[in-house]
Amino acid sequence: MASLVIAEHDNQNLKPATLNTVTAALACGGDVHVLVAGKDASAAAQAASQIAGVSKVLHAESDLFAHGLAEHMAAQVLALASVYSHILFAATASGKNMAPRVAAKLDVAQVSDITRVDSPDTFERPIYAGNAMATVQATDATKVITVRTTGFDAAALGGSAAIEVIPAVTADAKSQFTGSEIAKNDRPELTAAKVIVSGGRALGSAEKFNEVITPLADKLGAALGASRAAVDAGYAPNDWQVGQTGKIVAPQLYVACGISGAIQHLAGMKDSKVIVAINKDPEAPIFSVADYGLEADLFVAVPELVAALG
Amino acid sequence: MKALVAVKRVVDYNVKVRVKSDQTGVDIANVKMSMNPFDEIAVEEAVRLKEKGVLTEVVVVSCGVTQCQETLRTAMAIGADRGILVETDQELQPLAVAKLLKALADKEQPGLVILGKQAIDDDCNQTGQMLAALADWPQATFASKVEVADGHALVTREVDGGLETLKLSLPAVITTDLRLNEPRYVTLPNIMKAKKKQIDVFKPEDLGVDVTPRIKTLKVSEPPKRSAGIKVADVATLVDKLKNEAKVI
Repeated sequence: MASLVIAEHDNQNLKPATLNTVTAALACGGDVHVLVAGKDASAAAQAASQIAGVSKVLHAESDLFAHGLAEHMAAQVLALASVYSHILFAATASGKNMAPRVAAKLDVAQVSDITRVDSPDTFERPIYAGNAMATVQATDATKVITVRTTGFDAAALGGSAAIEVIPAVTADAKSQFTGSEIAKNDRPELTAAKVIVSGGRALGSAEKFNEVITPLADKLGAALGASRAAVDAGYAPNDWQVGQTGKIVAPQLYVACGISGAIQHLAGMKDSKVIVAINKDPEAPIFSVADYGLEADLFVAVPELVAALG
Repeated sequence: MKALVAVKRVVDYNVKVRVKSDQTGVDIANVKMSMNPFDEIAVEEAVRLKEKGVLTEVVVVSCGVTQCQETLRTAMAIGADRGILVETDQELQPLAVAKLLKALADKEQPGLVILGKQAIDDDCNQTGQMLAALADWPQATFASKVEVADGHALVTREVDGGLETLKLSLPAVITTDLRLNEPRYVTLPNIMKAKKKQIDVFKPEDLGVDVTPRIKTLKVSEPPKRSAGIKVADVATLVDKLKNEAKVI
């Protein structure tokens, strides 16, 4: 019995989600191998070899892996699949895109978004936006899994796994990457941040969002988040969205400013260690999950908080 | 060109579901059921593509119990031309639905299949990708913009950190994200018109698909409750608590 973890990387660095996925793989039992498929991805393969608990890194190189297209990545995984009992992806935009393609080709069910491993074939996963937790048993021989990263600690570093270069396997190209617009900023990535400052619809405009929320995030070295209402209203970009349909986060500190706390939003952040809510509505549901609630006008309280943090 | 759009009947997004006391599932007796919101976006997108002259016919498909006909009627009130119900009382998991859709795609030969990216009940996010794999078609998941021209679909996708654009040869599978469009409100005349549209009914056996579940649900429980903390009087107290009590700043 062995597990294959599909590394998420930008060819240079591993995405932190890979570390949480390795922890889930270790919990399934058996050896853990990591696949790094990329273009000029030696550095990423090197990084993967240093994850504690990983016994082998498989490194496949192809120009077609440059953008992580699902068709090519799935073909590579399928070429390796037969010797693995578990194939695990992080439940990120990229992992969710690829994993079902692999599962369907293997004619096995996929277990999405697991938050706990009970036994090699039994897992816990949230359903109904986290309003219920299902314990499920996968009956197929190969378990194809996506891992909710907030459910597992990051694996430690300090390993020294062997790196094996393997031949690349790709698919007939029926899709082509034509471009991307990735926002560049110096902030920590939302799903990996220790502190997140989030804004809601109460901000009223994109300008106010930036004017009020950004200085607090700067002060705390935090990533920026937003509620779906704020994203729908155009105050913040969609990839800042925290919630069931956006990112699932669990930072050390989550500061919710002007967010009422719809179920949808709570599903994405309720596993944060400490939650602070600033809202002028005393009845806002966000207070029911907040460790520290401040009933105040955010336009006054947030600048005051920035000043108090010196 | 024809499009196939898959729609799922789910517990309405405004309903807060309750876990049954015997932990066998969630209580969905007598709760409001609606079309999965992402699927509504899929129907809207297909209808808009038809209005632009890109598509000639929009066929909606639902798999599940008899009442899924209501969901198909809603889709036809938005503007889909006809419906197909794959009727079964059996629990359907994503792989089974993908196989049913593959069988229907073989019959109908669509240029595009559009689905919601995930259903808000089981939150699986699998069916579209599985269908693409089974049909050996290209896929663009989490779409926020779709353009079709010269036998290709140009799809902008929501990815971690921003957007990316893919060019797909047709036929292809597209799954929708929230920002793709805002579905129209259905009007009474269109609801009336939808009642006259055709729905064909199949059984999974008619399509040669074994829909036996591959995943067993052993139990469903309440998520751990997070208890409310305290309210602080002012910013100074908040800073003090974060520094000295929670020790997070």
